[in-house]
Amino acid sequence: MVKKYMLGNEAIAYACCEADLDFASGYPGTPSSEVVDALRHQKMREFYIEWSVNEKIAFENALGAAWTGVRSLVTMKHVGLNVAADPLMTSSYTGVRGGFVILSADDPYAHSSQNEQDSRVYAKFARIPCFDPSNLQEAHDMMKGAYELSEEFSLPVLFRPTTRICHSKSDVELGDIGENHRTGKFTKNPKQYVVIPVHTRELHKELNKKQGPLARRLVELGLNHYEIKGDSAVIASGIAAEYVQEIIPEDVSFAKIGAYPIDTEWLSGFISKHKKVLVIEELSPLVEEEVRQAACETEVFGKKNGCVPYEGELDPASVALAFEKAGFAHKNKYPEPVAAGGLPPRPPLLCAGCGHRATFYAMKKVFGKNAIYPSDIGCYTLGLQMGAVDTTICMGASITVGSGMTHTGEENDVVCTIGDSTFLHTGIPGLLNAAYNGANMTVVILDNRITAMTGHQPNPNTGKTALGQESPLISLESLCRSCGVELVDTIDPYDLTGTLEAFKRAKGHKGVKVIIARQPCVIAARRAGIKRRKYEVDPETCTGCGLCVKYGCPAIEFYDNKASINELCSGCGVCADICPAGAIKTEGKR
Amino acid sequence: MKESFDLLIVGVGGQGTVLASNVIGDACLIEGRTVRSAETHGMAQRGGSVESHIRIDGKYGPLISKGTADLIISFDLLEALRYRHFLKDGGVIISSESMVMPTSAFTQGLAVPSADDIKAGLSDVKLITIDAAEIAKEAGSILSQNIVMIGCAAHHLPLSKESLLKAVRDLVPPKTIEVNEKAFELGFLKGI
Repeated sequence: MVKKYMLGNEAIAYACCEADLDFASGYPGTPSSEVVDALRHQKMREFYIEWSVNEKIAFENALGAAWTGVRSLVTMKHVGLNVAADPLMTSSYTGVRGGFVILSADDPYAHSSQNEQDSRVYAKFARIPCFDPSNLQEAHDMMKGAYELSEEFSLPVLFRPTTRICHSKSDVELGDIGENHRTGKFTKNPKQYVVIPVHTRELHKELNKKQGPLARRLVELGLNHYEIKGDSAVIASGIAAEYVQEIIPEDVSFAKIGAYPIDTEWLSGFISKHKKVLVIEELSPLVEEEVRQAACETEVFGKKNGCVPYEGELDPASVALAFEKAGFAHKNKYPEPVAAGGLPPRPPLLCAGCGHRATFYAMKKVFGKNAIYPSDIGCYTLGLQMGAVDTTICMGASITVGSGMTHTGEENDVVCTIGDSTFLHTGIPGLLNAAYNGANMTVVILDNRITAMTGHQPNPNTGKTALGQESPLISLESLCRSCGVELVDTIDPYDLTGTLEAFKRAKGHKGVKVIIARQPCVIAARRAGIKRRKYEVDPETCTGCGLCVKYGCPAIEFYDNKASINELCSGCGVCADICPAGAIKTEGKR
Repeated sequence: MKESFDLLIVGVGGQGTVLASNVIGDACLIEGRTVRSAETHGMAQRGGSVESHIRIDGKYGPLISKGTADLIISFDLLEALRYRHFLKDGGVIISSESMVMPTSAFTQGLAVPSADDIKAGLSDVKLITIDAAEIAKEAGSILSQNIVMIGCAAHHLPLSKESLLKAVRDLVPPKTIEVNEKAFELGFLKGI
């Protein structure tokens, strides 16, 4: 036993190593990414690991592995589970042989996401168990339990941490790294693995039969438990259980939901001993709905009567407010201070020297403000601040949303942007579809050769595997041409003139055009030791026109009607090309 | 009754708030105490405003509610004002004197309060400011500013100087131990 101060995702990864994991796959997505990152950087246990090109592919790989009898893990964020929803819904029918854990990290408050959906609903939909840890120690311990339960019931287990579990740190007590390794061996059984209707009808019955025993087992395992202390009670799940425990008075009963499905008899047994019950949970009212169904005489408080918000994340103060709204006393007092107003915001930005900024700049210069700019999921969504992002919905949708628009009679140019990782994720079928169906649009692949936003995970365009081994680079150019695109141009976004010319060529050409704007991510380039001379402004020549400032690079500042360049400059030189007075030069050169 | 000492570390993405939080967390473990923390990851980090919540002796959730933090360590003067409403009555703010200009000031022409304006806005709290950049340079590396800040804050943390220093030694890259020890000591002297 050893205690370490570690990140939730690291504790989860460590637990997988304790649990004899032999296969891991995933697609990066905040807040889930560090689980696979921690697994690929650890040296304690050897197993197969990959960053897959999307969540459906990662899921099916890990499912196949579990069918051969090894313990497997697949990781993603909540919206990634939508991509993997197809195999998920049937994997509960087929079941598994080796333990199979699907980690889907939720993001209440959408700190880094396009929505606030609740993965617990998917587990309920698929009728598989779901583990909902409330703290890091539990996340660690539950992960080991998840593998055991998965094998006990031959079912996939959904493991659902939230941002405040994944990106929290605490002292965590760790166990020993597992020493058992299994070798996969698939045993043919078409009645289990071939879901033609005649098989699937039987499999569905089997799945339904598991539900009652499963719910009872979760109570036996202590994952769902309660303490009776008075005639009113609070029921909480996930991290909300921690906030409740911080403020709950001594004479109020407490039930904690750590896993689903919830055993109805156990739940109604608890509720019936109380006059009123308050349910506290983040996101969907999943526990609350069960509580309301199980409650007869007991009065229920929660989201449905306005005590707990449906959206956003909770904290001790908001839980205390829910207590007050439901007429419950609580232990702590929370002031309501007002934040200082009128401060300039400091939102996340494209880095100084980011090639995406240069591409967006040239794109807007050629296509103008009336063109429509569908975009996608990645760092480049920040192009919103340059007026270069008009739509974002989900991975891959820039090309498909854009091509849809071109078939409606919309007369403005459609120019969509998509990152290399996103293009490989779900962009390819969209491009194929657009070209085949004769869309008239420009697709800009913002190729920085890595999955940057989530922490620089490699993808097939990086030429490295998850473990850092060299692998043949895919050719985006050949890929696009095979999709039926005739005009495929590759440009260096730091070369402003060449980039503008390429966009002009694309504008004058009918059909689907692809421009691959290739320049490595500046952070990755810096780590790889690439150094460029910084730029500086000659104050004598600077006319104070402010064009360089409008470019929006965090390295450019402006005081007393003169531009200047700070130490963030990475030497891309695009501002020098923008400056009409020729006042920006590399340092030391006049 | 509050059971934990609640510390908020704030700054601009890339300033080393995560390493600072790790030093505090490790020092807690050295002293055999519990600790809970929460930090900013992902896209929000890129040059954006970032925060680390750390609850020394914390047993429950990692989030600090507004108006309840015992101490705020800010790596940027403007961020000190942005997060001041997290501070409890009678709490302390330790801030770096320097300020990274928000890009919005130039691209959108937004007004940025001067150092004096900010200090005036913080006049009702116990504010300690230090020139962390200058001290870090004196220690041998501008990159050691975060350790300078921890050194200065050591007087207000419920952790011993020895545990904090040991945590610094354990966590910084081996080649930089000497510089960071010096950064800690110089920051510590400024805090007296």
